[in-house]
Amino acid sequence: MNYGFQFGVVWDNIPELLEGAWLTLQLGCFAFAGGSLIGLLFATIKTYGVWPLRFLVDCYVIFITNTPALIQIYFLYFGLPEVGIRWSNEACLLIGLTMNAGAYLTLILRAGFLSVRVTEIEASQTLGMSLIQQVRYIILPHIAKSIYPALANFFIVVLVMGTSVGALIGVDELTGQAINLSTVNYRWLEYFTVVAGMYVVLTFIASIGLALLGRWAFRVKARIF
Amino acid sequence: MERILEQIPRFFSGPNMTLLLEAAGLTLAMTLTGCLIGFGLAFVLVYLRQTPGMWALPLRWICITYVEVFRRIPFIVVIYLVLFFIQAVTPDASLFTIAVIAICLYAVAYTADIIRGGIESVPITQVEAAQSMNLSRLQTNIRIILPQAWPVIVPPAIAFAVSFIKDTALVSQVGVFELTFRGKELNNQGYSGLLVFGTIALCYFLLSFPLSMLGQYLEKRLATPRGERRSRKIRHS
Amino acid sequence: MQHLEVSDVRAKYGTLEVLKGISFSIKKGEIASLVGPSGSGKSTVLRALMGLTPITGGTVMIGNERMNYSSAKEVRAARDRMAIVFQQYNLFQNMTVMQNLTLAPLKIKKWGKTDVITEAHRLLGLVGLSDRANAFPDQLSGGQQQRVALARALALKPQILLLDEVTSALDPELVNEVLDAVRKLANEGMTMIIVSHEMAFVREVADKVIFMDEGHIIEVGKPADIFDNSQTNRARDFFSKILRH
Ligand SMILES: Nc1ncnc2c1ncn2[C@@H]1O[C@H](COP(=O)(O)OP(=O)(O)O)[C@@H](O)[C@H]1O
Ligand SMILES: [Mg+2]
Repeated sequence: MNYGFQFGVVWDNIPELLEGAWLTLQLGCFAFAGGSLIGLLFATIKTYGVWPLRFLVDCYVIFITNTPALIQIYFLYFGLPEVGIRWSNEACLLIGLTMNAGAYLTLILRAGFLSVRVTEIEASQTLGMSLIQQVRYIILPHIAKSIYPALANFFIVVLVMGTSVGALIGVDELTGQAINLSTVNYRWLEYFTVVAGMYVVLTFIASIGLALLGRWAFRVKARIF
Repeated sequence: MERILEQIPRFFSGPNMTLLLEAAGLTLAMTLTGCLIGFGLAFVLVYLRQTPGMWALPLRWICITYVEVFRRIPFIVVIYLVLFFIQAVTPDASLFTIAVIAICLYAVAYTADIIRGGIESVPITQVEAAQSMNLSRLQTNIRIILPQAWPVIVPPAIAFAVSFIKDTALVSQVGVFELTFRGKELNNQGYSGLLVFGTIALCYFLLSFPLSMLGQYLEKRLATPRGERRSRKIRHS
Repeated sequence: MQHLEVSDVRAKYGTLEVLKGISFSIKKGEIASLVGPSGSGKSTVLRALMGLTPITGGTVMIGNERMNYSSAKEVRAARDRMAIVFQQYNLFQNMTVMQNLTLAPLKIKKWGKTDVITEAHRLLGLVGLSDRANAFPDQLSGGQQQRVALARALALKPQILLLDEVTSALDPELVNEVLDAVRKLANEGMTMIIVSHEMAFVREVADKVIFMDEGHIIEVGKPADIFDNSQTNRARDFFSKILRH
């Protein structure tokens, strides 16, 4: 192989790449937050709802988790304009990702709800605690502790695998920026190597932050590695 | 809406369906090939990672770094890196090969952790019993640890591969004629996006859902202890 | 001539020194019993001999051979001459009784297949399990598993057999079937180191009792001398507690 690496050009474009990374982080956070709301609602329905609703939630989760996020987003991006709904590419990505994450987060939160049932009974037998106290001091910490590692892990998945799909519909997040910039000067390998490194750094910072948050807020020992 | 209804007969024509069927086959083939090779290499990686001794420290470090790094890079970035790297080395590598290599690199990182978890689930006392009989590390792994780790490894490994069927949609970007690529192609030919991507989504669903059910069935089956499994077989015969 | 000679052996787990200079010796055909309070380092002595816990000092001689456990080759040599039976049996769960017995003789010792299988059947007969050759460990009771483990160790034709509390994990009614099997070996003249809390059994079969406490050997002697007439307070304390019931 006689490919001459030239990282100089990439260096000149670091500001653009950093902008992309910032957008990646924002998209990841919003999609995860929105997905958590959906997940919380649907997991509650799954646990306490009536059967037609539970059935609908099941359908949603099964269909979303068995099809690619990319196709879901293509559906929004290429399909919806035909029925008069026109969203920007960022909006398509964010809505698609949120719906996608919502299905997976339903599963994670539901597992958390199920894990609490036993303790719930034990907790309610604890004398001298009001319901609110039970929820605040026993049930919530228990759920948080049991699902925090899965949540933290899934955040990284959304941040990495999720947002990068945007590159394929022209969103200028980190991967999109790499494609844009390298199309100009054909330094593909250099750009993508640097971008790969930036993803590693970005997710590493996120992992450390999440581990600290988990330890501080829920006394969970989440693994960074 | 009328446009979709009007397109339906034309869209679900023989040639189009053959095209999608072939594309689905390709999606499945590259996922399976990549994941199987990746799974095999992951065993090697885990084995190297568990090399004892000070001199092997860099080796262990490389293995850990590999797993950590690949889990933090988007698959699409890996695809591009493999594409341009391979093309710089051998310009005439097929796109299918490139896709399989990318899938493989990714699968190694993910399944290595699954395999390690399985191996660690086998009690250390089994290893000590093997060591005190002078079984080598390789023999202990092959004859004692892996057969016992298998039920712990297989279900999540299948789950990973099935879930990766969906992620391979991204290789459409480099021009492999798999499902997503054909979908975009049909969309460009003027077919409705709702119709095309709805159908493509359904194709993925039909690949993914039954396989994930199979995975769950295997998980339940493998969870049965060996003795019971065996005695049941004897009773049937 | 001494068959096994252990001199000033030391071992650590991390920074905790568990064996603080252990010395003893055994003649061929002799049965030594290691006794002492829990945590005194009895298992560690056996583990060190098998190269499972690295030794940090001292020497071990088997016959005329010096084993320093400093290279993989020496560890292999030690494991080639000794076999161990663990408290928790540690049978290979993925193999039948027969496969457990024949694995190492066939694959490691590379002995002939027919001989190995005949010998395995003989050993299963010896421990009274001729009819369970094709069972998996999880289909056997604890006592049966422990007897298989004993047969598995014997299948290696060890010069010295190490038994680590082989009856401690068993329900009381299963203890005797295992002790009977060990008794047979004793009568056949097997050289053994037995770690046990079954004092009556030790008194019956052991030629020599080694009392350990906190990583030291405190007293060595004939069972009767040690049990009924121990010279140190620590030993007297221990035996008065354990022999009363
Ligand atoms: N794997 C280990 N790691 C750390 N310390 C250990 C380990 N195994 C045993 N020990 C310690 O070593 C000491 C001796 O243990 P052991 O040889 O098992 O005693 P015994 O068999 O006489 O009960 C004990 O204090 C025990 O806590
Ligand atoms: Mg012990």
